[in-house]
Amino acid sequence: MSTATTAHSATAPLTAHGHEILFPPLPYDINPRADSAVSNPDGQKPIHASTSGKDATRKKVCGEVFGEDYDTIRGLAGEIKQHALDHLDHYLEQFVDRAAAAGVQVHFAATGDEANAICVDIARRNDCRLCVKSKSMVTEETQLLPALAHAGIETIETDLGEFILQLDNDVPSHIVQPMIHKNRASVGRTFERELGVPYTDDPNRLVSIAHDYLRQKYLHADMGISGGNFLVAETGSLVICTNEGNGRLCTSVPPIHVAFVGIEKLVPRLEHLNVLLKLLARSSTGQPLTVYTHIMTGPQRGVEPDGPRQMHVILVDNGRSRILESETRELLRCIRCGACLNACPVYRNIGGHSYGAVYSGPIGALITPLFRGLANFKDLPHASSLCGACYVACPVKINIPKYLIHLRERMVDGGLSTLGDRLFHRVWGWSLRYPLTYRLGGWLQKIQFRRLARRNGSLTPNKPSPRAAYECRGWVTKLSGKFSGWTSQRDMPSPTPQSFRHWWRKREAGHGE
Amino acid sequence: MDVSLFVTCLTDTFYPRIGIALVKVLEHLGCRVAFPQEQTCCGQPLYNNGYHADARELARRMIQVFEHSEYVVTPSGSCAAMVRDYYGELLAADPAHRHGAKALTAKTYDFLEFLVKVLKVDLTELGIRWPGRVTYHFSCHLRGLDMDPMRSDTECMLKNVEGMDYTRLDKIDLCCGFGGTFAMKYPQISGAMVKDKVDCIRKTGAQTVVSNDAGCTMNISGSCRRQGLDVEFIHVAEVIAEGLGLMDSSKEQDSRNVST
Repeated sequence: MSTATTAHSATAPLTAHGHEILFPPLPYDINPRADSAVSNPDGQKPIHASTSGKDATRKKVCGEVFGEDYDTIRGLAGEIKQHALDHLDHYLEQFVDRAAAAGVQVHFAATGDEANAICVDIARRNDCRLCVKSKSMVTEETQLLPALAHAGIETIETDLGEFILQLDNDVPSHIVQPMIHKNRASVGRTFERELGVPYTDDPNRLVSIAHDYLRQKYLHADMGISGGNFLVAETGSLVICTNEGNGRLCTSVPPIHVAFVGIEKLVPRLEHLNVLLKLLARSSTGQPLTVYTHIMTGPQRGVEPDGPRQMHVILVDNGRSRILESETRELLRCIRCGACLNACPVYRNIGGHSYGAVYSGPIGALITPLFRGLANFKDLPHASSLCGACYVACPVKINIPKYLIHLRERMVDGGLSTLGDRLFHRVWGWSLRYPLTYRLGGWLQKIQFRRLARRNGSLTPNKPSPRAAYECRGWVTKLSGKFSGWTSQRDMPSPTPQSFRHWWRKREAGHGE
Repeated sequence: MDVSLFVTCLTDTFYPRIGIALVKVLEHLGCRVAFPQEQTCCGQPLYNNGYHADARELARRMIQVFEHSEYVVTPSGSCAAMVRDYYGELLAADPAHRHGAKALTAKTYDFLEFLVKVLKVDLTELGIRWPGRVTYHFSCHLRGLDMDPMRSDTECMLKNVEGMDYTRLDKIDLCCGFGGTFAMKYPQISGAMVKDKVDCIRKTGAQTVVSNDAGCTMNISGSCRRQGLDVEFIHVAEVIAEGLGLMDSSKEQDSRNVST
């Protein structure tokens, strides 16, 4: 099979286009991308189908396995992660000691650039030319591939989804299912174009094409790069969870293994994996476990036949300690299962790329502004109905709606809200403090809405009967200013001629029903 | 049992009939109902938009207004959730109101929740008769009250109403896209969400949708009207009040939703 020689663009660094999807000009405005996504419902179909399917599977599987204890085990998982974060200095130190004792070279990187530089340096010192890489969101964050390409090092993504995206100069739109926004036909066309194979949209055939191509790469790679799902402080182990076996090949076949891992991935002891692994795959895809759960403690030792000769773990901060130091620490519990994305009706409708960042969906709407500046991503905390579907899906019980509100509060307190928004809410808030202004506001709204409803003919000018006074309403079809957003999508009911309060007063006075 | 009604601003102005139904059902079940007229709004819209100082003022008002109430019952799950999930934290640093927040949190109930948990009403034994084809939208904020969309009291009740042809709504607990000012700030996203909800309603063939949150009702009914789907919206309190003959059926009179 000679597909390996026909590929030409798998090694090219991401084009400016691909780069701009995850790293758009700042400050980022969500509306153009969200508009284009919702005006193309066919394009959103694979996302709707996959996310709603995965969400339903999660509910079913977790319901069957955990039953009434589902909430309890989520709480336990959250506490385990929270405990590790509350004592992160201790566990980091322990991890470094134990990992070093097992022969791992541990590096610290304060920024993404530093992490990339460490990796490039390892590659150069060992004269690496070809890298194979398994899936890692941290390396998307640090933009590792362009950095390696710049240093003349070719890197092949080996996760099937990531491989397809790399061929297509595209970028992931979901934490776990990176190519959720693509369909089979487009993959077939990409393979035909980039790998020089005949077009097919048969999934088995597509997998086998990728498999053959990637096999060659593993055998010739000088370095394997991975992420990490967990770090175990007690043993100094790195844990990766994958479904395709590519992670195992990347971390064991090449002579050097470099892992990029966020500092929040620590858990105190191996036994804690009992809880977290039970939830990770079930929350993600509904599987009891990922097909491969790989626990690595150090490189190849004398008597062992397999494994890399060098193993490096790069502990990446890149904004995490800022989150750790504030009241948002809980957000670092995230185990990147993608359950909140699957559950989120906003994500389903706008897709991952609309978030303008590496992490999308509800968790992305929280950590992106914290990583890259609230002023740069003012839309993200607001582009949510706060429905809370994410919170009940989260295996580590991150109260996502609460933190979305918290970031909105930070915006108000930090002067990042617009003058109009401040004025509107301050006046509204003030008027609600006094029954008189509250009633006046309600009355003005009633007069105005009923006038507009009468004008479009949806409200007959009538003298309301006693009952209709609390039931008769018309519809407003067009409002202006701040409210135009409402009527651009749906009609607005008008208030009834009389309020509940009116009914109550009449009743108290002995005139009512 | 003394019950204070927290009617909420949307119900007061837009859906007074829900408040009337609540009063009638609670009185029917033997409660003495009071309506403290000083009440305005729980502060949820301000809180959700990050204006916490203003929300705090309204939370303090709420505590004062309902200070002497034994129970506070509201027809809106989201307003109950605002009080129960957020008042404690909002006033944690206010020694004068910290305990008041705790007390209000403990005595605030969603209407149907109050019937089940406090009045111990068996919803399947109420003897309600309400003919019609009905479906039910589970409002998101009921989750904040620890309610499970798969086993909701409302649905359990509806299934046992005499004469009712109940069809479960596909994606029953999927958000309708209201989200307060979200619906106005991101109309395209909110619009796509509510269209999804309306499609699901259309598929049930129901003539009436039970919705227990005035915000959801405004949003979904407005979208139904825009998309030409002719369905009625009703609160579970209205179903009970009508079903027990405490109120005339909304369907029998033509003055609702007048259109010419």
